[in-house]
Amino acid sequence: MNFFTRKKSAVSAKERLQLVLVHDRTDLTPAQLESLKDDLLKAISNYIDIDPDAVQIGLERDGRSQRLVADIPLRNVARHRTG
Amino acid sequence: MAAQVITITSGKGGVGKTTAVANLANALAMDGKKVVCIDGDIGLRNLDVVMGLENRIVYDIVDVIEGRCKLKQAMIRDKHYPDMYLIPAAQTRDKNAVSPSDMVRICNDLRADSEFVLIDSPAGIERGFRNAIAAADRVLVVTNPEVSAVRDADRVVGILEAEEKGTPHLIINRLNSALVKNNDMLSAEDVLDLLGIQLIGIVPEDETVIIGSNRGAPVVTDNKSRAGMAFRNIAKRLQGIDVPFMDLDHQSGLWGAIQRLAGRK
Repeated sequence: MNFFTRKKSAVSAKERLQLVLVHDRTDLTPAQLESLKDDLLKAISNYIDIDPDAVQIGLERDGRSQRLVADIPLRNVARHRTG
Repeated sequence: MAAQVITITSGKGGVGKTTAVANLANALAMDGKKVVCIDGDIGLRNLDVVMGLENRIVYDIVDVIEGRCKLKQAMIRDKHYPDMYLIPAAQTRDKNAVSPSDMVRICNDLRADSEFVLIDSPAGIERGFRNAIAAADRVLVVTNPEVSAVRDADRVVGILEAEEKGTPHLIINRLNSALVKNNDMLSAEDVLDLLGIQLIGIVPEDETVIIGSNRGAPVVTDNKSRAGMAFRNIAKRLQGIDVPFMDLDHQSGLWGAIQRLAGRK
């Protein structure tokens, strides 16, 4: 990356802080978040058919509160029923 | 009179807590308020030199707590404002010489005949900080637009909320508008968005602050100082007066956005 294409430092500062603050506030390391994600997928897979590669789970901020946001697309089960 | 007890804290050291306390106290005194400042940094006394009162110290807060003097005897009257006092920290003791209940007792004794009690908290989140917030009716968190200061401020805000001290108000200190314009410093808007608390003032980076502390004469007394004006505005807001935020040379629109952020719950 050369000087001209480099991201402005204030942008890096904000992005880095956003991540750090979420982990500070929840006391959850990125590794713990990964294992939470695995456990969650295992539990859901016991009931419905999901595509693990399409799943997105992350922490989001809203003012001073955090939320765990999961987007879990379901596999189409219609053909199993008809077939 | 029933004083409002206000603690100024930050998490990180060196962001301008002591400067903020000295300036806010002077600004409140200029508005005719009766103000008592307490240096909460036991062992690292500093508020006395920033206020220019170091030669007048006889007793300190630990002398009061351990019964060697009356509270009034440890209150040093300011040189210019007869209604402004400083209770200095002990220099040769440590933070364990004071407990949160000592601070509550001293502040309760001060409440009756003053209007503002300003407590200068030490950096960190340990005993000295716990002492400093014990008696607070409200807390101001000082930060700089810089990653380590913002991270530490966020920790302190979290602790204050967990301790049910309410959500503190934010002072963004040493904002360099040229760097912000060039996108090389977090803007006030960025900091507010990250911390998610209400703003009470933005103080521009200003060399008159150093000149003022060299002389022991806080910059609020200098009419031409931009930082001085920012502190005078914060002092007005502490009195419940609605003062618009200063324009720090930014494109219009940003300031409107900050006002909106500042006013949000």
